[in-house]
Order: sequence, then C-alpha cells, then structure tokens
Amino acid sequence: MTYRNPPTTPRKSATFDDYTLSEIRRAAATGIYDIRGAGAKRKLPHFDDLLFLGASISRYPLEGYRERCDTSVVLGSRHARKPIELKIPITIAGMSFGSLSGPAKEALGRGATLSGTSTTTGDGGMTEEERGHSKTLVYQYLPSRYGMNPRDLRRADAIEVVVGQGAKPGGGGMLLGQKISDRVAEMRTLPKGIDQRSASRHPDWTGPDDLEIKILELREITDWEKPIYVKVGGARPYYDTALAVKAGADVVVVDGMQGGTAATQEVFIENVGQPTLACIRPAVQALQDLGMHRKVHLIVSGGIRNGADVAKALALGVDAVSIGTAALVALGDNDPRWEAEYNALGTTAGAYDDWHEGRDPAGITTQDPELMKRVDPIAAGRRLANYLKVMTLEAQTIARACGKNSLHNLEPEDLVALSIEAAAMAGVPLAGTNWIPGKNGF
Amino acid sequence: MPANTMSKAERDQSHARVFDLSQHSLRELNQALHKLTPGSNETAWEVLNPKGSHSVAVGVDQPVSIDVRGSVGYYCAGMNDGAAITVHGSAGPGVGENMMSGSIVIKGDASQYAGATGRGGLLVIEGNASSRCGISMKGIDIVVHGNIGHMSAFMAQSGNLVVLGDAGDALGDSIYEARLFVRGKVESLGADCIAKEMRPEHLELVQGLLDKAGVTGVKASEFKRYGSARKLYNFNIDNADAY
Repeated sequence: MTYRNPPTTPRKSATFDDYTLSEIRRAAATGIYDIRGAGAKRKLPHFDDLLFLGASISRYPLEGYRERCDTSVVLGSRHARKPIELKIPITIAGMSFGSLSGPAKEALGRGATLSGTSTTTGDGGMTEEERGHSKTLVYQYLPSRYGMNPRDLRRADAIEVVVGQGAKPGGGGMLLGQKISDRVAEMRTLPKGIDQRSASRHPDWTGPDDLEIKILELREITDWEKPIYVKVGGARPYYDTALAVKAGADVVVVDGMQGGTAATQEVFIENVGQPTLACIRPAVQALQDLGMHRKVHLIVSGGIRNGADVAKALALGVDAVSIGTAALVALGDNDPRWEAEYNALGTTAGAYDDWHEGRDPAGITTQDPELMKRVDPIAAGRRLANYLKVMTLEAQTIARACGKNSLHNLEPEDLVALSIEAAAMAGVPLAGTNWIPGKNGF
Repeated sequence: MPANTMSKAERDQSHARVFDLSQHSLRELNQALHKLTPGSNETAWEVLNPKGSHSVAVGVDQPVSIDVRGSVGYYCAGMNDGAAITVHGSAGPGVGENMMSGSIVIKGDASQYAGATGRGGLLVIEGNASSRCGISMKGIDIVVHGNIGHMSAFMAQSGNLVVLGDAGDALGDSIYEARLFVRGKVESLGADCIAKEMRPEHLELVQGLLDKAGVTGVKASEFKRYGSARKLYNFNIDNADAY
C-alpha cells in the first residue's frame, strides 16, 4: 500500500478574493472601469456599532404608547421667510428623473407627502409628476443645471445647492446613453442616446466666497422666501460645514460614502470619501464652534435604514436624516420577486446595482416604458409611507426608552460604542468604559 | 423734446422708473421688479449707482427694459426671462447666467462665465469677455465684439457663440451641439472640438445674430465655425487619451 501525503485544503487569498479576481478579469476583457449605482458596499464603522443605554435609576423612561414624543422639525429658519416644516425628521434625498423613472419619482413624492416630509429633485430638473405629488419639494441646484429655470426655482419649497455627494465627492453625475430617452434628452438639452457626464464643478462659481454670492443671487431671485441648503459629500465635514455656514446656508446636508449614486465608477464609490458615522461629529462640532448648532440645520444621509439609525444620528446632533437607497427598496428595488430576471442579468436580488443600464427589473432605475409600468406610484408611495412610519415609531420607541419627549432631545450621552473605531468617530465611550478615543489625551 | 416727436424707446425712457441703489437696497430693487405683472405700465427702469453690486436685476420675468448706469458685480441679470437689460459699464462674473429669454447688452467688458448655462435670449458683450464665456450654454445666443478667454463654451450644449475677436485656449472643450463662430484666431481647441465648414445656413445665422447685436461693417463670411466632432459622445476606451 502506497502512502499519500494528506492534501491541504485549497486556500483562497484574502487579498485576491473572488470579487477582486473577477474584477481583474472583467477589466482585462473590457478595458473599461466598472460603473455601477448605489453607495459603498464595503464593511464600514456604522450606526450598528452604537448602542443606546436606555433608562436606569438616574434616567426614567416615558410610557411607550401614551406619552408624547415629538418628531417634527423646522428646517431653514436662519434666513428664509418660509422655512420647511416637517412632521418627521426623515427626508427623501435627491434622485434624478432620468436615473429614476417618472412613476418612481411620483411614488417618492406621494410617500413623502403622506408622511409629512419632503422629497428632492435631482440632476435632471423638476418633473410635473414630482411637483404635483410632493407637498414639500426641495429643488437641487447642480453643476450641470439640467432643466434649471426660474419658474421651477420659485415653485420649489427649498433650494439645495449641491456641491458634492457621498458616493462620489469630487465627481459629477453620469447617465449612459441607454437611459437618455427623448424626454430625458429634452429636459437636459442633450442629444438622445449619448453617454452623458455631468460637470463635477459648478460652471459659475468656485470656492466659498463665490458660493456666498451665488446664494445671495438665489435668495434675490426667490425674494428670500426659500430655505437654501448646501449639500456636500463626506470629504472634510468640519470645514465644509463651517464654510457652508459662512456662505449663508440655512441647512447643511452631509452625505457619507454609503450614500447612493445613480452611476459612477466602483473605484470612486469604494475609495473616496468618509463613512457617514465619521462625518457627523465634525459637522456638529463646526456648528457648535460657530454658535450655529440648531440655527443652521444639519441633515445627514448615507446608509440610514431604520429608526435606530435615525435616533442615533439625531442623538449625535443632527436635525434630520435623509434616505435614498432605503426609499428605493421600499418602492420595490431589488425585490426577490424579480429574482429570475436578476439572474438573467447576471446578478441576484439584493446585489443588483447596474442602475445605469436602464434594465431594472423592478422598473425604478429605468426609462424603459414597459419596465416602468411595474411601479404603481400609488401603491409604491403607500409602501414608502408605511416604511417611514415604521422608522419614526422605532425612533420614538428608543427616545421614550431614553426618557426623551422629543427625538431631538436625544444626546450623545445616551450612546455607547461597540468598537474603538466607532467610539472615536462618534465621540462616545466604548461600551463598558468611560474611554472616548482621542479625548483627554488618549 | 416734445413727446410726440420721441421714438417709443425715448418716450419709455423719459418715463423710466428710476431706482437709486445708493438710496434703496438691492432686495427692494429685485422685489419691485418681481412684482411686475403682464401689462404693467412700468415698462422702463433705470438703475443708478450699482457700484459693483451683485445680483442686480436677477430673475426678472416681464418684458421691461432696464438700464443699469454703471458697472455691476456677479450674476447681473441672472435667469433673465424676457427683459431687455443694458449695463452701461462692465459686468462681473456670471452675467446673464441661465438666461431664459430677452436680451442683455454689456457696454463694457464681462468677467468669467458670461452667459453660463443660458437657455435662450441674446447676450451681447460690446467689450471683451473673460474665461469660460458661454460655459455649459444650453440655447442662448452670445455675441462678443471683442475677445473671449480660455475654456470658453466648455461643455456647451446648445445655442450660438459669435466672437468678433480672438478666442483663448481650449475653446469648446467637451462641446455638445452648440455652434461657435470666431472671426479672429483661436489659441487652441479643447477636447472633441473641431473646425467645421461654414455652410449657407451658418452664414445666414451669423448675419442674423450680427444684425440683432447691432454689429455693422462685419461680414458673416469672415467667421470660422467650430463644433463637436462627436467622437466622445459614447465612451470608448480607445479615446481615453483625449480627455
């Protein structure tokens, strides 16, 4: 009998894992970088790494279903004659018509309106569907200025000057030819079917001093009525927030790297910008240092999924959060009911992110007339409203357990962190200790 | 001059509502202009002492005439929709940005981004324009009597830019369907921008714009046309070096 050496188990590299190998092969075959939608998919320190302490002997709770816990928020009261009043501190983030279908935009407006919150246009101008179905509509002022006109500016409820977004701070939008339908082309003043790359910089201002003058112009055009938001990607949240305040913003929107995009390079999404959790405390600190916390309002977005995330963000000092990806999922994005079709596209429900290709089985990120029929704006709007209601109830549940009669009374002292990284980023103690990394010389 | 011998313009001018920015705030001026309704008798306005103010006469949406006596700062006549605005001086950055319709005449020079993202109407600059003139233009017509600076008509989508003088570096970089006509020399062309043939319809177009802009003694045949080669409209890895 011959002796055989025992074989070793085949071992794959942690560095060259299956995804990495597939991407090298894909790049070698096509000669072009990978483009996709959504935000960072890598594991990042996030709200899951924080816990609420709840009530104890020194903090007593409120009765869960009896005592009031306020959820309303007013945004933009610094300079605007007509600030935004929302029933819940969860808004719908900017997503373009073009990237999304008309029915999907309508559904976002319907869901937001049912919930007493705002929705936001995107890099493609304002459509009648979303204006008509959105009680409170924030109009984005973007580098591309697609569809920008003074009439829409005046019929918006607030104006959001977009400097950057979390998925791609420093990058412009991208809409590939297959989604440039006649209607999209007309709204963007572009030839049909071209690959459209939006500018990454505004065409008529650069830097914080110019931004101040640009904000003045927008205020003058709208007679100082509308709140002016400034949205930045999670790049330098302390300085970007401080400069936005200096430039005259009523509201600062900080979008972390988990925040989605319609389409950009995978390498950009995963390697540029900071996680949402890392952006909040510097932004709040900037407002506090300037004596503007709760005067200039702070909205944070990027990876908000449930009421716990909302409560944690508010406890860290933000005034409201914004959701994009989660709202699309509520409408029906990545629903397993379309699994066979996801498989045909070489993916699976939950992983589908080729939003730029316009073949979305769920009918949301498409301009295909047949696919978009799959979104019933009324039913999808109702689902979004249900989801927003659940998030709000969840956040209230936590706030009451912490003894707070308003979501905005949550505070960093209600939180601990499960990891050193999260403790350092959120500026709250590591669970079981009184150690906040980076504070008091340690 | 007796009223019955005045031209309509002169008559309007004589009844112009005068707004002195040394006496009233910018906000009062713009709000007064925004309150105008169709059929208003206040069809002629004169703005005194602008002294480089930003956002003078922005967002006007009625067909009135506005004469600004002096130089202005950023974004004068921004988003103009129907007014005829004349600046008797020079204009700072972003004059006529995102104009929808109407006309703007700058008697002096214009700074950066003149006519940026403009969608319609006519912008005439009787002096020179600085860099990025007509950046991202989306349907506006721009006529510059003098020269224009670098990166002009960057990502220009639609509309016509007519330059009687010279153009700086990288004219029409990443241009879409806008048409550029330059009478003098072009320092360099940007990515995907090429010289094109002046066909009869272009001669007619340029002549029409010269006439509208009050330019005399210059022939359309003296201009060269530039526009998109359309090679970068759909991404091709073999064109990556062009960016």
